[in-house]
Amino acid sequence: MPVNPELQGRSYPATAPYLVGREKVREFARAVLATSPLNLDPEAARAAGYPDVVAPPTFATVIQDATLQQLLADEDAGVDFSRVVHGDQRFTFTRPIVAGDELTATMMVTSVKTLGGHAMVTAESSIADATGAHVVTATSTLVVRGDE
Amino acid sequence: MNVGDVIAQKSYQLTRDTLVRYAAASGDFNPIHYRDDVAQSVGLPGVLAHGMLTMGLAVQPVVEWLGGDSGRVTDYQSKFTRPVPVDAVAGAEVTVVAKVGAIDDDGVRIDLTVTFEGQTVLGKAQVRVAP
Repeated sequence: MPVNPELQGRSYPATAPYLVGREKVREFARAVLATSPLNLDPEAARAAGYPDVVAPPTFATVIQDATLQQLLADEDAGVDFSRVVHGDQRFTFTRPIVAGDELTATMMVTSVKTLGGHAMVTAESSIADATGAHVVTATSTLVVRGDE
Repeated sequence: MNVGDVIAQKSYQLTRDTLVRYAAASGDFNPIHYRDDVAQSVGLPGVLAHGMLTMGLAVQPVVEWLGGDSGRVTDYQSKFTRPVPVDAVAGAEVTVVAKVGAIDDDGVRIDLTVTFEGQTVLGKAQVRVAP
C-alpha cells in the first residue's frame, strides 16, 4: 500500500513517559564514542551545573523512536517499514536531556511529498518533560521507496 | 575564531562490535546492521553502520571542543547521503572535520565533513552551539 497522501497534518497521542536512567545515558554515551565526563560522571555533570549526567545530543532518538513506531503501526498511513530509508534527522533543543528526566513525545506528520515514485514523509516529535516544558524536537524525514 | 577555521578533526575506527553496542544502546535492532545475509538480501554490500551512529559520533569532536559540555549544542541536523559498510575483519574508518560555518548573535554554526574512504557520508551536517 502506498503512503497515504492525507497523512500530512496527522498527529498522534503522546507516548507513555520515558524515565531517562543514568546508566542508559552512560551506555548510550559509550556507544556513540563520547568521552566527555559530563556524559559519564554524575559528579562532573553536577560541577558543571547539571542535575545528573547529560545525554549526548543524539540520545533524543531513543525517545523519538516510540513515536516513529506509532507511524509504522498506523496501517492507514501506509508507511511500510521494509521500504523505509532514513533520509535526514534534526534535533532542536530548548535544553539538553539529563538523567532523571521523565519525557513524553508527541508526533505530527508535517509533510508528505512524492518524488519519482518515492514518498518522503517528515515527522516532527516534540519531546517535553514531566512539567510539560519543551526539551527537544526530533524531526525525521523517512524515504519510503515505491514499487520496483 | 573565524569562519572557515577547522576547530576539530578526528578519525573513528568502527567495528561490528561498535555496531552491536549501538544497537543495544539505541534499541535499533534492524538486522542490516549486524547480519550480512540480511543486508545482502536487500541489495546492500553487507552490514552497514547505523546512520544515527555516524551522526552520534560525528558531533563528538565538537563536544570535545566545547570542553565536554554537550548541553551547549542547541541544534544538530544531518542528511544520510551514503552508507558506511563495516567489514567484519577490517571494520571502517570514519573521519570528521569540523569547521566554523557561521558566527552570529545566536552563537556559532559548525559544519561537519564526515567521510569514509574519501567520500562524504553525511550531508549538510551542521551543529549549532550557544554562545
